[in-house]
Amino acid sequence: MPAPIRLRELIRTIRTARTQAEEREMIQKECAAIRSSFREEDNTYRCRNVAKLLYMHMLGYPAHFGQLECLKLIASQKFTDKRIGYLGAMLLLDERQDVHLLMTNCIKNDLNHSTQYVQGLALCTLGCMGSSEMCRDLAGEVEKLLKTSNSYLRKKAALCAVHVIRKVPELMEMFLPATKNLLNEKNHGVLHTSVVLLTEMCERSPDMLAHFRKVRQLSSSQLVPQLVRILKNLIMSGYSPEHDVSGISDPFLQVRILRLLRILGRNDDDSSEAMNDILAQVATNTETSKNVGNAILYETVLTIMDIKSESGLRVLAINILGRFLLNNDKNIRYVALTSLLKTVQTDHNAVQRHRSTIVDCLKDLDVSIKRRAMELSFALVNGNNVRGMMKELLYFLDSCEPEFKADCASGIFLAAEKYAPSKRWHIDTIMRVLTTAGSYVRDDAVPNLIQLITNSVEMHAYTVQRLYKAILGDYSQQPLVQVASWCIGEYGDLLVSGQCEEEEPIQVTEDEVLDILESVLISNMSASVTRGYALTAIMKLSTRFTCTVNRIKKVVSIYGSSIDVELQQRAVEYNALFKKYDHMRPALLERMPVMEKVTTNGPTEIVQTNGETETAVLETKPPPPGLQPANQANDLLDLLGGSDITPVIPTAPTSKPASAGGELLDLLGDLNLTGSPVSAPAFQIAQPPFLLDGLTSQPLFNDTTAGIPSITAYNKNGLKIDFTFERSNTNPSVTVITIQASNSTELDMTDFVFQAAVPKTFQLQLLSPSSSVIPAFNSGTITQVIKVLNPQKQQLRMRIKLTYNHKGSAMQDLAEVNNFPPQSWQ
Amino acid sequence: IHFILLFSRQGKLRLQKWYTTLPDKEKKKIIREIIQIVLSRHQRTSSFVDWKDLKLIYKRYASLYFCCAVEDQDNELLMLEVVHRYVELLDRYFGNVCELDIIFNFEKAYFILDEFIIGGEVQETSKKSAVKAIEDSDMLQETVEEYMNKPAF
Repeated sequence: MPAPIRLRELIRTIRTARTQAEEREMIQKECAAIRSSFREEDNTYRCRNVAKLLYMHMLGYPAHFGQLECLKLIASQKFTDKRIGYLGAMLLLDERQDVHLLMTNCIKNDLNHSTQYVQGLALCTLGCMGSSEMCRDLAGEVEKLLKTSNSYLRKKAALCAVHVIRKVPELMEMFLPATKNLLNEKNHGVLHTSVVLLTEMCERSPDMLAHFRKVRQLSSSQLVPQLVRILKNLIMSGYSPEHDVSGISDPFLQVRILRLLRILGRNDDDSSEAMNDILAQVATNTETSKNVGNAILYETVLTIMDIKSESGLRVLAINILGRFLLNNDKNIRYVALTSLLKTVQTDHNAVQRHRSTIVDCLKDLDVSIKRRAMELSFALVNGNNVRGMMKELLYFLDSCEPEFKADCASGIFLAAEKYAPSKRWHIDTIMRVLTTAGSYVRDDAVPNLIQLITNSVEMHAYTVQRLYKAILGDYSQQPLVQVASWCIGEYGDLLVSGQCEEEEPIQVTEDEVLDILESVLISNMSASVTRGYALTAIMKLSTRFTCTVNRIKKVVSIYGSSIDVELQQRAVEYNALFKKYDHMRPALLERMPVMEKVTTNGPTEIVQTNGETETAVLETKPPPPGLQPANQANDLLDLLGGSDITPVIPTAPTSKPASAGGELLDLLGDLNLTGSPVSAPAFQIAQPPFLLDGLTSQPLFNDTTAGIPSITAYNKNGLKIDFTFERSNTNPSVTVITIQASNSTELDMTDFVFQAAVPKTFQLQLLSPSSSVIPAFNSGTITQVIKVLNPQKQQLRMRIKLTYNHKGSAMQDLAEVNNFPPQSWQ
Repeated sequence: IHFILLFSRQGKLRLQKWYTTLPDKEKKKIIREIIQIVLSRHQRTSSFVDWKDLKLIYKRYASLYFCCAVEDQDNELLMLEVVHRYVELLDRYFGNVCELDIIFNFEKAYFILDEFIIGGEVQETSKKSAVKAIEDSDMLQETVEEYMNKPAF
């Protein structure tokens, strides 16, 4: 059989292939030849064949059948074989292959070989890809070599030890004795690798770190002074051609020493003090014209910032970073920004001085630089510079890549919220963000913005006008449209009446407003959520607009048959509002009050709106927590979640403007309590004003079963009414009573109406009943919720009036309920 | 250093050295991804790219890209010097090295790298020593006659 072709021949041949297919063909042919050669156990050319195989492997072709051959080469006596064998092992074998363990014995032998280059090969291979088992087996050999006087081997052994420690950390102790004399070497290679070894040990084990910081036993010097001395020699010594890089002596070693010093000095005053001088010296004396010098300066700055250095040194470090920022070299600017980002928290003022340079970096072409500049800019915004910074950041938002826009928008919102100099500025900034990056704004920003707008009461007219103008032309940016729809729904009346003070009011008719909302509804670009917002906004306008109510009715009824389930449900309910509960409509669609300021996470804590009814009316944002600021004159009741109330009527978060004293919600109006002759002087009918508020939900209340016993309030003529109690967690004056009316007679009771009255010091709120028919034979009940506000914690008493039709005649009864358990009102 | 890659402007791999253990498929995927990232970088951008939890440092010398992946705490500027030093070593050994040298003598490129870096860390900071070690090792490589005459095991 002819000799297999030489490696270079093969390479040349393969490179002549003009197509991928041609190359594949050549390779397959050669692979076949190599395979048969392996099968024949051809010792002579094994080396050549494996080399060719490695080349093909690099091109991307499978070469696993050569693994065993590599092992055979390693075992060979010939140096050439070993060299290729070890290379093959490093390329083809790794710890996941079973065969790799077979190498262990060969390596062991080679570690003790008479030729240092063979030993070197073995150390190198072990240090690059040795598995944990191999490391365990061979650690002893490595340790031995660590103590040899042969610097060629010593440096390799040191790095091998690093690898062993990385793979099997428990073996670290073993290498400790050998490290004692490592730094006494003159050879830079050994010095460098020793520093790496020491660094690895200190990073991994706090015990080691403590050990190295203290005085060492045999040698008379401590580690830190020793390192400082070596570093000093490097800087001060004359030109050494062997290690010189652009006039600087062995920068690699300098940087590694600085890094080790950093670890030693961290959180340790003594060590930090010992290195102050040398750090200052390096920082001031290093040449900065080439990259090399800057690399050393960079490491020095990192070290200064990380140890307990004196403030003068820190200022020096930050100034170096500032100089870096002005450097034309992008790489240098990049590292400067990265480091400044790390230090901005601790040395805020010093970094502030370089603010303008950082802001300039926003305009850089490089993506990584821009990102870091953006993050830094946000970290530097404060009350003084917010206007200027925002201007720059808004400009940046305009022009930056899409991947930044979301983060930038969120950052701007946060900063604006913290440092806004005025409400108008705040709203303007938000508007600007919404219009320039509207589609990138995060979903959770919408509820935050809505809350913000609600709270800026005096800006309502201005806000709604601007938002209206913004979506007139373009309603494709969903978050913008959502916020705008909500605002128009709330403040549409201000818009049409042209009340804006801050800028020129525009002339808008009700129809125009409805036009835009309807276009949002119809548009293909609108998400389902956005449509929900728009529909609800239209509905709200039915109470705020005067001439277009019919149009609104029409729109609402059309969507009653929409395919979108959410929209359909809302439309159906709104329709019901128009038809059966029209008297409730104004109250339900009242303006939202000022919401209590919550943290940005606030609204989501309370969500758990139960029942689709809530969400339908409330739109998709989580309801705000329902407490008015304490300076309101009237106490408020928290609305219960709607589980006791059937979905027929949505219990809307009807609300009052914070300052109004007048408008009253009179849900009880139709229950006709006022002026009823049955009210004895001692009792006060539940009179308005009581104010309903934003919705909270069930979790705010105690578990009903948590201990307040329920009572039977009335039991006559087959009609039994039970009361069960709940107390509010947030408002201890509120008691929620759920009444259950059941009928044990053989005929249903229809048109059942329950009314209640309480003493003057109480306030009462009656929510809608589940139905007005109590079926016979206890086969069903009517439930209704009563909320009682008892701020003076007086004993609860109640007078109830019941009217219903039974067996063809109208029945009516009065009763007093006195058996309230103490836990229900105390 | 986690790995070092050398590739041409057309995206052909010339050298790959891995200092971490990964399955073959994974390696191939990473190589493809990184080659694409680096080749698409604009000319006047920095030499550093954030990639997963590593940093990529790359530099182009003539028609070859040299790319290393390092950990967060490594000094990027120094890495540029490391890459440069490797190129200098190659240059010293081959004498005015060009891409073809590396293609036809890839195993030598590996040997030189292994004299400079072990386990992802620099082992020798002296140019002279590193190259001398290679040349001495080369001397040890048997001539053809010697090779034929020595026993295999």
